[in-house]
Parts: sequence; C-alpha cells; structure tokens
Amino acid sequence: MKPSSELLAGLGDRFEHAVIVFVDGEGYPLSVATDFRADAERGVVALRAVAGDEVQPPIGEQVNVVFSHIRPQPGIGYDERRYVSLWGKLARADGDELVLTPDRALGWDEEEVPFFEYSERSVPQARRYFEQVSAETGRDVRPKLSFGWLFLRATRLPFLSATFVPILLGIAVAAYVNGFNWWLALLTLVGGAAIHLGVNVFNDVFDTQSGSDEANVNPTQFSGGSRVILYGLVSMRTMALMASAFFAVGIGIGVLLAALRGWDLLWLGIAGALIGFFYTAPPLRLVHRGLGEVAVAIGFGPIMALGAYFVQARAYALEPALASLPVAILIALILYVNEVPDRVGDAASGKRTLPVRWSKEAVVRAYELAVVVTFVLIVVFAVTDLIVRPTLIALLAAPLALPVVRALRESYDQPYALMPAMGKNIQLHLVTGLLLVVGYVIAIVADAALDNPPFFLH
Amino acid sequence: MLPEPIEELLATALVGELTVLDDEGRLVTHPLIPFYDGELIYLTSSVLFSRKLEHIKANPKVSLAISDPVAVTGERFHRATIQGDAVVDDSDLHAGWERVLPLWREKEPVIDMFLGKRVALPLFFERAVIEISPRRAFLWEDGRTDRAPQVFELAGVAR
Repeated sequence: MKPSSELLAGLGDRFEHAVIVFVDGEGYPLSVATDFRADAERGVVALRAVAGDEVQPPIGEQVNVVFSHIRPQPGIGYDERRYVSLWGKLARADGDELVLTPDRALGWDEEEVPFFEYSERSVPQARRYFEQVSAETGRDVRPKLSFGWLFLRATRLPFLSATFVPILLGIAVAAYVNGFNWWLALLTLVGGAAIHLGVNVFNDVFDTQSGSDEANVNPTQFSGGSRVILYGLVSMRTMALMASAFFAVGIGIGVLLAALRGWDLLWLGIAGALIGFFYTAPPLRLVHRGLGEVAVAIGFGPIMALGAYFVQARAYALEPALASLPVAILIALILYVNEVPDRVGDAASGKRTLPVRWSKEAVVRAYELAVVVTFVLIVVFAVTDLIVRPTLIALLAAPLALPVVRALRESYDQPYALMPAMGKNIQLHLVTGLLLVVGYVIAIVADAALDNPPFFLH
Repeated sequence: MLPEPIEELLATALVGELTVLDDEGRLVTHPLIPFYDGELIYLTSSVLFSRKLEHIKANPKVSLAISDPVAVTGERFHRATIQGDAVVDDSDLHAGWERVLPLWREKEPVIDMFLGKRVALPLFFERAVIEISPRRAFLWEDGRTDRAPQVFELAGVAR
C-alpha cells in the first residue's frame, strides 16, 4: 500500500523517533535510530543523518524506515501499541539530512484495530503455519487446549443459563399448581441442557461451513461462536459427532420422559429439537432468514417452560406459557445485542439478523421497547392473576437494562467496548428469570405456611 | 557475551525491533519483546504472526534494535543494534516457548494473568521461540546516533 498523505502527516504526532533499516555488506539487516520530520505535501520523510562509517544507510537503494511506539503500564503491561513501516529509496538532501520517498507502507495501531481483531484477522496465517510445520515434521501439528477449557469453549457451557431459567420456571409453576418431583426435574434439566449444547455445537459446525464465523473478525466472549473449528482446535467431524451425541442424549431423555409422563410431550420436544437444529442448519437456516430471534424466543421460552411443566403436571396449561414470555423476550434480546458486533460478518455470510437489517437507531429503540414490554407483561400478568403476584419481585431486575441501552447508544460500533453491556444483558435475563422463579417459591411457601395468605402472596 | 550496557538494555527493554529478510530479500521489521539469558537473545512469536518465522527459516540473518527510550527502564538510556543468526524452535508450539517464561515474567509479570486467560485467545499462546546468536553489536551511548557507535565483534555463541 502506498503511504497516504494523512499517514505521513500524522507521523510526527504519533512517534518520537525513526529507525532506518538496511542490508549491510554481509547481508545482515542493520538498524540505526534517528530523528525525523515528515513532509506530507512532498510525500517524503526527512531523516537526520547518522554518524559512523559502519552504519551509513545506502543512498539510492531500498531501505525500511520503522516508527514504533508503546506506553508501558507498570503492573498491567502496556498500551498505545502502534507502528508504521515505510519502504522506499533514500536520497541525500542539503545539509545534515537524508530523505526517504516511501512507496509502500504497513502498520498497526491498536486504537484503530484492537488487538483481538488484529489477531482474528491473522487466524488464516496461523492455520497456514500449522500446515507448514505439519508438512515439515511429518506429523499432524495442531493447537491445543486442556480438555476442560476446550469442552467449555466448544460447547459454550456458560450459556446453559438460557436453558435452566425457563425449565426452572416451568417446574416452579408446576410446583405451585400441582406439586413437584425431584427426579423428573433433574432429568428435565439434563435433557434440556443436552439439546442446548447440541444446538450450540451444531451452530458452530454450520456457521463454519457457511463462512460466517470466518467473516466475523470481531468475536467477543459472548458472540461470534466458539471458533474451535476455525482455530483448528477441534475438527469439523468431531464437532458434528459431539453435537449428534448431545442431541441423542437429549432426545433419549425426551422420549423417556414422554413414556413416563405422557406422549403429548413428544410434539413439544420435536418442535424444540427442530427449531434448535434448523437455527443455522440448511435448508431452513432460520437465523439467515431473520427468524433467529423468534426461534430462540420460542425455543428458550414457552417450549422449555411448557415442557418442564408438562413433565411435572402431565398436562399443558396457559400459566407456564405466560410466565415464560418475559424470559423468552429477554433471551431473544441476548441474541439481539450479541448480533450487534457480529453484524458485519453476518451480513457478509448472508445472515439477515435484525441488526443487519436495521439502523442503529431502530436497533436501540426496539431494544428499549422490548425491555419495557417484558416488564409490563410481568405487571399485567401478575395483577390479573394470570401468574402469581410475588413474581412482581422480578421488576427489581429492570435497571440492569439501563447500562445496556447506554452502551448500545455510545459503543455501537466498538465490539470490545460493548462486551460489559453484553454481560449485563445476560444478567438481565438470568436475574429476571430467577426472580420469577423466586416469586413462585414465595407463593408456594406462603400457601404452605399460611391458612389464608394475603392477596399479594398468591 | 554482549557488552554490559547492551545486556542491561536487553534486560529492561519492553520492545525491540526485529528485522528479517523476506523471500524477496526485502526488509521486514517487527516490534517484539526481547529476552536474554547471558548467551542467546530470545524472542517468541505467536503462530498468528508467523510470517517472520517463515522468513527466518529461509534466511537466518536478522538484527534486533533497541531504540525507544520510552520502552526501556534502565537508569541511563543507550541505543543498540545486535546482528546475528536466528533459529526458530517450533518443535512444541503449545508449551515449548514456556522455557522462556521465567525471563518473560521478570520483565512483564502480568504475562501470568494473560496466560491464565489462554482459553480466550488460544492461538496467541501457540508460539515459537526465535533464538539469536549475536555476531556483531553496535552501541550508541546515551542513544546519540549523531555520534559514531561502538562496534563489538562477537565470537558467536556455540549452540
């Protein structure tokens, strides 16, 4: 790339010194630091001549001039990492100066391209190097992680809260209405978790195949997939087998629960598994058609809660479905906010998510509206006796949405600055869901402890 | 053995500029943190930024410059350039580089915290070690390159 006049004009502010590098008579690189001033108008860099016969840069030949800056932060590391490398021919000017006319430039500034993005952009080079070392050594050389970390990363285990919240809520509603069986509850959680992990792993397989993970150079700990296939940590085949195994376990438990508690459960289980599988799998690819948020809301809301309720109560009911609606909206909002940093990569791979299709303003407004609807639903359902009144305690979680809105407004185009907000958004779902469960537990305890509980406790 | 002022620079410099020659003979410079054990200079490179490793394997002639006063914490600042022959050790990309971890830790204790988060950026910690046998060194006292450098011809280090 030819250096722009902006690049040259900024050198004086961004760097304190230059290093002239050339090849000496014996073929070794030789570097000499010096002072400089850039002349953007003329497209040249003037360098103070250096002393010493052994270190004289060659006039009229190609040299490399490097500008490098770093700011040490004792105890933390360093920041403000940046460098610019220019290539061109040197000429001797009047007086005590050399003049570089650069014809090529390369560089990096972590304030423009964050280190994590810079690293992600370099993943193809890493894969190439592993292939090269494998060819040199005659053995398959791959990157490694300990089994525990790899399992955590490949399955995205911490996201299981998305499954546990609606299942616990369904169980809590059933416990309030009909009573409760520990073993069935445990089996429901394990089955739901298996399906969820299967969905996560299949999601990676199909996102790698479609190229959307590779196109996304701004992954965060909450978005952009596990990337274990992309990094070469796990093969595509192993991931596909692992996902199939999770689905087999989840489906097996679903069939067992249906046999024990009623075959009507099967339809719900089939719907959940199909939505999960076709979330990214062809031919439906729900997320590619702009249906990802709805699919996630249905799957991790009413389906999970109703299923868990059915296992306990052997019947379907309206209450668990209604109680799960706030949770459904909030889980969709987790996906929705996580799609904000992914939107460039998603668009490149044909994923028509809402943040891909909508403007920033529309995305933020819709988030605000959805949060308001979530908490209004809780109030309306509780006041009208559709769910128990102590669930109003879930309103305490509402302020968690404020920093998310603020971050969306202020850091919409800064994936790494959005990360704390993504974490808060996950907390919003988790805390709201658990407080809904707590609301039911309060109602259960009040019913058991009091002959005639006051109206606000049932 | 390198002259004492250069050893001191290597012991404290947070960044050095490693220059290698690419497959067309063009100079390519990379800022890296240097380490020194009294004999060899060590640098490590993630596989993410491994073009330099390919270049060194093809042409081992390299130089390392320490030029930035901000990135050096010694009492008296000098500038130095060390030319040498480099070897890439990528026999164990996952853990082989950890042999220089004690030197890294001395200079940058926070590395342990980053290493603890290896799961977040696994490829960054798949690394090769670049070992440089110094053959000639240039020292500019007080960092002044308007004065001729002291030049040290080194015998080269037996591996």
